[in-house]
Amino acid sequence: MNGRRTPGMRLHLLNGLAILVLALTGCQPVSSGSESGADSDRAIQNKGSDTLVNLALAWAESYREVRPEVSIAVTGGGTGTGIAALINGTVDIANASREMSEEEIAEARANGITPVEFIVAIDALAVIVNPDNPVERLTIEQLSDIFTGRITNWREVGGNDAPVVVVSRESNSGTHVYFLETVVRRGSKENEDIFAPRTLLMPSSVGITSEVQRNPNAIGYDGLGYVTPHEKLIAVAQDAGSPYVLPSVESGEDGSYPLARYLYMYTAGEPDETIMAYLDWIRGPEGQAIVADLGFVPYAGN
Amino acid sequence: MNVTTADDTTSTGQAGPLTGTTDRGTWREFFVEHAIKAAGISMIAIVGLIFFFLLREGLPTLGEVPLGALLGTRWYPIEELYGLIPLVIGSLLVTAGSVLIAVPLGLTTAIYLSEIAPQWQRDILKPLIEVLAGIPSIVLGFLGWVALAPLIQSLGAPTGLTAFTGSLVLAYMALPTIISISEDALYAVPKEYRDGALAIGATQWQAIRMVVLRAASPGLVTAVMLGIGRAIGETMAVMMVTGNAANMPAFGPAILFEPVRTMTATIAAEMGEVSQGSVHYHTLFLIGILLFIITFAINSLAGRLIGGQEQRRKRGQI
Repeated sequence: MNGRRTPGMRLHLLNGLAILVLALTGCQPVSSGSESGADSDRAIQNKGSDTLVNLALAWAESYREVRPEVSIAVTGGGTGTGIAALINGTVDIANASREMSEEEIAEARANGITPVEFIVAIDALAVIVNPDNPVERLTIEQLSDIFTGRITNWREVGGNDAPVVVVSRESNSGTHVYFLETVVRRGSKENEDIFAPRTLLMPSSVGITSEVQRNPNAIGYDGLGYVTPHEKLIAVAQDAGSPYVLPSVESGEDGSYPLARYLYMYTAGEPDETIMAYLDWIRGPEGQAIVADLGFVPYAGN
Repeated sequence: MNVTTADDTTSTGQAGPLTGTTDRGTWREFFVEHAIKAAGISMIAIVGLIFFFLLREGLPTLGEVPLGALLGTRWYPIEELYGLIPLVIGSLLVTAGSVLIAVPLGLTTAIYLSEIAPQWQRDILKPLIEVLAGIPSIVLGFLGWVALAPLIQSLGAPTGLTAFTGSLVLAYMALPTIISISEDALYAVPKEYRDGALAIGATQWQAIRMVVLRAASPGLVTAVMLGIGRAIGETMAVMMVTGNAANMPAFGPAILFEPVRTMTATIAAEMGEVSQGSVHYHTLFLIGILLFIITFAINSLAGRLIGGQEQRRKRGQI
């Protein structure tokens, strides 16, 4: 009995198990576009913004009926992830919920890739709170004070005497960067405010909505297409003198909602015929009908 | 009892050549011997390569970001704020919390299993513990997110996503390690020691406390060390329940009930967004080096304790 179970053996077993677990969970495949060499049956690699991912999936699915020989692989991960993949040359199209920064374009150029920008839809960015929260409306300035941590109690904006729990997407999210520039910094380039250190950073849109659903003191933001009836929309005003507007397809379309933004697709270099046809279809009436179906705002500027 | 393993292998190793004295037998012996040697060396080489790669990708940070900035208290890479302190504190807090929960639970479970439980209970409990070890960490993380976080929020914390939630999930992840290794160590204490203690009039608890626990203590420390190693390296489950806020928790009684961001979660959440070769990329690898150093220190400390135990036992001091 003694000879069969030595602690040493058990140690090795556990080490082996630990390594196996690491191997299974720790490493995810880094390159996703490695097989995209064949030309006959085209596989378009499409990656990036989580705001856009459902829309991109819906487009890819419908496009199979238009051009069955083109398969489109859509993955999310965040705008930063998609743009990094574009710079590293592993995707054909990167989805982005913000414009590429000058640094990112320079990095892509350094790798021999010239990104080309296409606007594919408009998104109204909704600020959401728990339905039990009595607060109905906020100005951009109040939102900035809340997300930077200058306001820490709901009482200061007309709510209950309760601590504010700020919920945001991770910094690889284009929505995070858009919110930082437009709300936290109120659109000013000189403003260097950043999110409060206590801001909960969620890896996904679902992380934000679920925390807001179960936490009566939470406030977060998400694309309008992702908001469910279990969260309450906040009416937002540019400043105290402006009208408070609820996010909707209409208010996003007519420009009255202050937090409406473009959603982009970037191609790695001038698109070839297959990709161009896909982008034209997306920006055409069929693609834009899907945009409206999913709660986003169609873009008519094409 | 883990003393004798080295002697055992040498004696069985000598028995090998006697069975195959033909040329083919020697050739096979030669081949097997070298294949095993190659496997062993390749393992060392792989570890060496991993460490080399970590250093190559991580060390450039030290030239790109001033040390003062790395020791800052704010982690916000998109604005080039690379303060690592909140991440290190986050990891240490979550790990320390999990140790505080897992060690008393694990050791008492091990003592119960080894010293007190009747055989039929051992037969039920031991497989159950192995099952606990087999639950994928992401499943525990999901349970923590769905069930634990609302519970902790209902205790009065502003949010349920806190260091303590992470500690609880990690404690349950480290428990099987701690229980099975310390149970082995207790089991290895010769029966004569217990009999001797009981014979001179000790109660069962006195025999456990003064003889068995003392004799098994190096093994118990190893169990705790490996449990800590398991906890500090865990990623996904922690990322789901700690809130990931790169926050400097205020010292005080509620320190565990604040959201934190661990080193592992930072690497996992941000690795996908960085472009290779950027400062942010190098800094994430520097965090990897820090983690490597911490777990390496824990493992070698555990190894040293096992080694010390063997030597003392050979000298007959235990």
